[in-house]
Amino acid sequence: MINKKALGSTLLLTAGFVLHINAAVAEDKALAASGADSVMLGNTCAGCHGTNGSSFGPASPSIAGMGKDTLVDAMKAYKEGTRSGTIMNRIAQGYADADFEAMGDFFSKQTLLVSAQNADAAKADAGRKLHKEYCEKCHVEEGTKDEDGAGVLAGQWMPYLHYAMEDFQSGAREMPKKMQKRIEKMVQKEGDGAIDNVIHFYGSRK
Amino acid sequence: MTQITRRNFLKLSASTAAISFSGIPFIAKGEGKKVVVVGGGVGGATTAKYIRMADPSVEVTLIEKNADYHTCFMSNEVLNGDRSLDSIKFGYDGLGKHGVKVVIDEVTAIDAATKKVTTAKSGDFTADRIVVSPGVGFKWDAIEGYDEKASETIPHAWKAGPQTALLRKQLEEMADGGTVVICPPTSPFRCPPGPYERASQIAHYLKNNKPKSKVLILDASDKFSKQGLFTQGWKELYGYDIEQNGKNEGSLIEWRPASGGGKVVKIDATTKTVTAGEMEDVIKADVLNVIPPQVACKIAHQAGLTNESGWCPVNKQTFESSVHKGVYVIGDACIATDMPKSAYSASSQAKVCATAVIASLQGKEMVTPAYVNTCYSIIGPNYGISVTAVYRLEGETITQVSGGLTPADATPEQKAREVHYAYSWFANITHDIFG
Ligand SMILES: Cc1cc2nc3c(=O)[nH]c(=O)nc-3n(C[C@H](O)[C@H](O)[C@H](O)COP(=O)(O)OP(=O)(O)OC[C@H]3O[C@@H](n4cnc5c(N)ncnc54)[C@H](O)[C@@H]3O)c2cc1C
Ligand code: HEC
Ligand code: HEC
Repeated sequence: MINKKALGSTLLLTAGFVLHINAAVAEDKALAASGADSVMLGNTCAGCHGTNGSSFGPASPSIAGMGKDTLVDAMKAYKEGTRSGTIMNRIAQGYADADFEAMGDFFSKQTLLVSAQNADAAKADAGRKLHKEYCEKCHVEEGTKDEDGAGVLAGQWMPYLHYAMEDFQSGAREMPKKMQKRIEKMVQKEGDGAIDNVIHFYGSRK
Repeated sequence: MTQITRRNFLKLSASTAAISFSGIPFIAKGEGKKVVVVGGGVGGATTAKYIRMADPSVEVTLIEKNADYHTCFMSNEVLNGDRSLDSIKFGYDGLGKHGVKVVIDEVTAIDAATKKVTTAKSGDFTADRIVVSPGVGFKWDAIEGYDEKASETIPHAWKAGPQTALLRKQLEEMADGGTVVICPPTSPFRCPPGPYERASQIAHYLKNNKPKSKVLILDASDKFSKQGLFTQGWKELYGYDIEQNGKNEGSLIEWRPASGGGKVVKIDATTKTVTAGEMEDVIKADVLNVIPPQVACKIAHQAGLTNESGWCPVNKQTFESSVHKGVYVIGDACIATDMPKSAYSASSQAKVCATAVIASLQGKEMVTPAYVNTCYSIIGPNYGISVTAVYRLEGETITQVSGGLTPADATPEQKAREVHYAYSWFANITHDIFG
């Protein structure tokens, strides 16, 4: 299989055949699975995401209880650069798909420990209604359950949710088409504060 | 979606075979086995906790000389007044909840052959395995005029706690127009970006409180960790001219590399003067912070775990000492090339080590290890940068397979986010260690 990066180096390298072979080998090497098991891999993430994936905040997302496929897709997107991040892109490049599967196995089995956040009660109340109307279809059970790759929103750290929404809206992160429509409709009908309200609703989970 | 690749298929059939050979899965436990952990810092506390999390039948005793642990990480924020000393203080109650027996005492000797650990006041402890994570010790004879006694007035603040408080106090008492001199050591040392983060944090304090003052870095080296990002940040926040190493008028930071007269020759603790460089320039400091060159902490030497470098050689798959069987060394004290001496490294090594200790107690083979390191540095308000690495064991080295620095063209928004993620890292890693 010819992958994009290896092809890139073929086109770029004019220094000769030997160099090109080396580049291709390096590429293959980077893609091999690490061979480490799910616990070993999962434990390396705890420093930033919390022990077993439940983050103590104030911003790093919890990844405990994330659906396996959601996590795998997120890691692949970070690795390929199709999803923006401050640091995950650099980290994801160190693993192969099999590693992502192992991480997905580990974190999908963990129970999310929710930390209390300073959510504004009035905003959260308004957010609950907005959620029901515009988001519940995909972010089911008030955003507590990851179904079909939409992630767990309830109990997630609010600064992270703000960053995610900012990136979706600026185009830095690709937003699912149907979600985009819902968001646009919500903002249009309910005003700019709507997103903030929904985020406070997710942050109000105890 | 999952494809059965050739490799997966082989793995699948191999594990099926294992089950059918042994019938019911054989669960070996470390029942009745004892592990003593020396040092309750990042590496030691994490290992103790993770052994108990993976196999609660193992008896784990952690021996630490101080009842409170102050993290070095985020201690630079104590220096500028943004953070209290209490906010970097942690106790050992959390480990007790995991069933770790915590003994507050100093370990005075480790007999590797008989696996006996001797303490100052609490007697002897014997173990099946010993894990040692004592951190760094200082080479007190490396810089003329700077010894342990001198550090009582000229702080190193490279172990957090009273030293951090002393340096903070001196910064507060300094009059505007003063010079803060920081002397980073030769490599390898604990936290390679640490001295430069410290210079940044102090510059931030000076900028807001004593704007006629400056920070002068007299460096034992010619380059430093995350140099490009640091100097970029200094330029943006503290008037630093990269071309001139900050010698320009108005720069709050000046960096003098070893080749530019930065190498410290001697210290006079009573007058706070530093003699540096081939020309033996004499520099008068108002606040002086000397970070001495480092080796593994004293107890590692006593136990015979070090080699000629002053650090402890280990098997990098297990962190078992290359000198003494059944004794494991992790964290700053061990030679974990290419991992830097950092808290994230120590934490990552601790988890590999915990797995290896359990495997060895249960008579099983050690699995493939995985390691990660990240160091965040906060240069100023809303200005964070990071370096990260994912490693694999390749032969004798822990080889970096991905990672790198915050991109040079990161937006202000990304740098602001990195500060929030740095705080999150602090909250999560300290909970992972002590919670
Ligand atoms: C200013 C500064 C900033 C830093 N910032 C970062 C950062 O942002 N990110 C990062 O990843 N790392 C950072 N670090 C590095 C980090 O603090 C160390 O790498 C980490 O603490 C190493 O863990 P350790 O277990 O090896 O040693 P330590 O955490 O130092 O633990 C050693 C413990 O052993 C105990 N001990 C030693 N001898 C004995 C004995 N004989 N008997 C009983 N107990 C004993 C000590 O009291 C100590 O508690 C920073 C360091 C400094 C100085
Ligand atoms: C140095 C800190 C750090 C480490 C180590 C780290 N992460 Fe992350 N992770 C982050 C940050 C910060 C984000 C937010 C995106 C960004 O800015 O890169 C994130 C985002 C994520 C997300 C997206 C979460 C969501 O809700 O969609 C996943 C999944 C993830 N990380 C998985 C992992 C896994 C698995 C590991 C271990 C192999 C890991 N991370 C290691 C800091 C880290
Ligand atoms: C049509 C289905 C759908 C609807 C409706 C929808 N979403 Fe999403 N949402 C998704 C999917 C799928 C993802 C995961 C996308 C990805 O990671 O690429 C997602 C991701 C997110 C994330 C990022 C989560 C993370 O961990 O990074 C946020 C925040 C979010 N949605 C908020 C909302 C809000 C608020 C609404 C309602 C206004 C909403 N979504 C409506 C499908 C939907």
